[in-house]
Amino acid sequence: MMDDLRELYQEVILDHGKNPRNFRHPDDSNREAKGENPMCGDRFMVYLTLKDGVVDDVAFQGRGCAISTASASMMTELVRGKTAAEAETLFHAFHELCTQDEPDIPEGVDDETMEKLMVMSGVRQFPVRVKCATLAWHAMNAALHGEAAASSDQY
Amino acid sequence: MSDAILNQAYDVQRVREDFPILARSVHARKGKPGKPLVYLDSGASAQKPRQVIQAMTRFLEEDYSNIHRGVHFLSQTATDQFEAVRTKVARFLNAPSDRCIVFTRSSTEAINLVASSYGRSFLNEGDEVILSIMEHHANIVPWQLLQAEKKIVIKVVPCDEDGVLDMDAYRDLLSDRTKLVAITHCSNVLGTVTPAKTIAKLAHERGIPVLFDGSQAVVHGTVDVQDIDADFYVFTAHKLYGPTGLGVLYGKYDLLKKMPPYQGGGDMIESVSFEGTTFKAPPSRFEAGTPPITEVIGLGAAIDYVEALGRDAIAAHEHDLLQYATQQLSQIDGLRIVGTAPGKGPIISFALEGVHPHDVGTIVDQYGVAVRVGRHCAEPLAERFDVGPTVRASFGLYNTREEADALVQSLQAVKEFFGA
Repeated sequence: MMDDLRELYQEVILDHGKNPRNFRHPDDSNREAKGENPMCGDRFMVYLTLKDGVVDDVAFQGRGCAISTASASMMTELVRGKTAAEAETLFHAFHELCTQDEPDIPEGVDDETMEKLMVMSGVRQFPVRVKCATLAWHAMNAALHGEAAASSDQY
Repeated sequence: MSDAILNQAYDVQRVREDFPILARSVHARKGKPGKPLVYLDSGASAQKPRQVIQAMTRFLEEDYSNIHRGVHFLSQTATDQFEAVRTKVARFLNAPSDRCIVFTRSSTEAINLVASSYGRSFLNEGDEVILSIMEHHANIVPWQLLQAEKKIVIKVVPCDEDGVLDMDAYRDLLSDRTKLVAITHCSNVLGTVTPAKTIAKLAHERGIPVLFDGSQAVVHGTVDVQDIDADFYVFTAHKLYGPTGLGVLYGKYDLLKKMPPYQGGGDMIESVSFEGTTFKAPPSRFEAGTPPITEVIGLGAAIDYVEALGRDAIAAHEHDLLQYATQQLSQIDGLRIVGTAPGKGPIISFALEGVHPHDVGTIVDQYGVAVRVGRHCAEPLAERFDVGPTVRASFGLYNTREEADALVQSLQAVKEFFGA
């Protein structure tokens, strides 16, 4: 059972949880959405700077557990520079990885990116923590679509 | 009586044998044994002794029927047993009469009943209801619904850094505009036991009725609604080692009598016609529809159980656990206990520096330790102490010092994990 814990809390996750990347509010962001988990009080704002259909900058602020913070941090690294369509594909790929035992990964995700996404997939063994992992991703996806907030009951 | 004598009389290992679930392990995998369950979440819901489980099973197998309706044998039998529990609950709270005891679905529903029935009838625009900062959402939101409807004003009594209710502030808030006080008797987060008798006395000097949320208080001590002079007192069966789906509202009969029905339906009417319907007297007036009959039987068994163990003996045992666990937890670097009021109940909420409670909860769970993490349905309180979510260990009559040790050990593992 401790193996599951090690898989969930890999070093890279602990690192991103403690030292989140892109933890800021960019001056020139033009999309933002809130992600909130009312059960535990985790709350993030995700900021996107979309230029010509490309995610020029992405950052977040807020507070949450190690899993939600690390996932948000890693999300910002993966999504930057992608087109809106690519970012949405990543969201769907990540969502599949976290929720499905046999994930149906959409096409167009390269191996290196998959490897990074896989880091978080240990959360599948902890169903109550899936919401933590997907929180910022839902907010990012909502921001892509011009919505102000991710619905709080989404997995 | 010294603690030693009480503790000798209280054989916790024997008590544990009454709770079948405590023998189980959790997280067993193929070829790997699980971890013994360390259940420190009784504040959310308590486990059930065999005596309660058996009483409910026996009732369903032998005596079950609907009540208050049939002329047949079983209906009479079931009605007698159901009403006997009402009498038992009245005695449990030292209520003057079993007519003062209303069965509801939960503490939450009991408070909603008072907010809806009493509140809508007797509270008007500008009238003030006093709550405290340490209320569970169940004693906040019903009043906010009333606020939206009747434009009442909600005032909040603060607490100090230890979690002690600020009685000076309470005195200052009481005024001619105050029409009701609704305050917890024991905080589900801080463990603070509020001075119910004084709260009621000060309100009564101005003729203001007082409701106490006793959901935690009835579990950890003896409650005497006449001594407190409570106007309303609510609690729930499932935290008292009884079944879910059942709450209790105690109300002074004079108040209940002038309150209109909360819900309409069968069992609460004298006569029904399309020209007009007349309602029964309390408590029936407030018990529309078929009640949770089997659960009421279960509550009766739960009360018998805690009374047989002795409520003072249980309180002494839990107090010992609280002191021991507080002492052990305090030795962990970076651990901050939220709620240190003198005379508090066996509830310990804490934050661990550098580790989010959700992560704490997941890791200690792998060691078999069940705690609650989050804001415990008391968000304003989390804001007050500026801690956000916390971890809560709540102790019950079946917990042991060894289980407090298991919690501490699992927290050491959390710290190692996070290098905190």
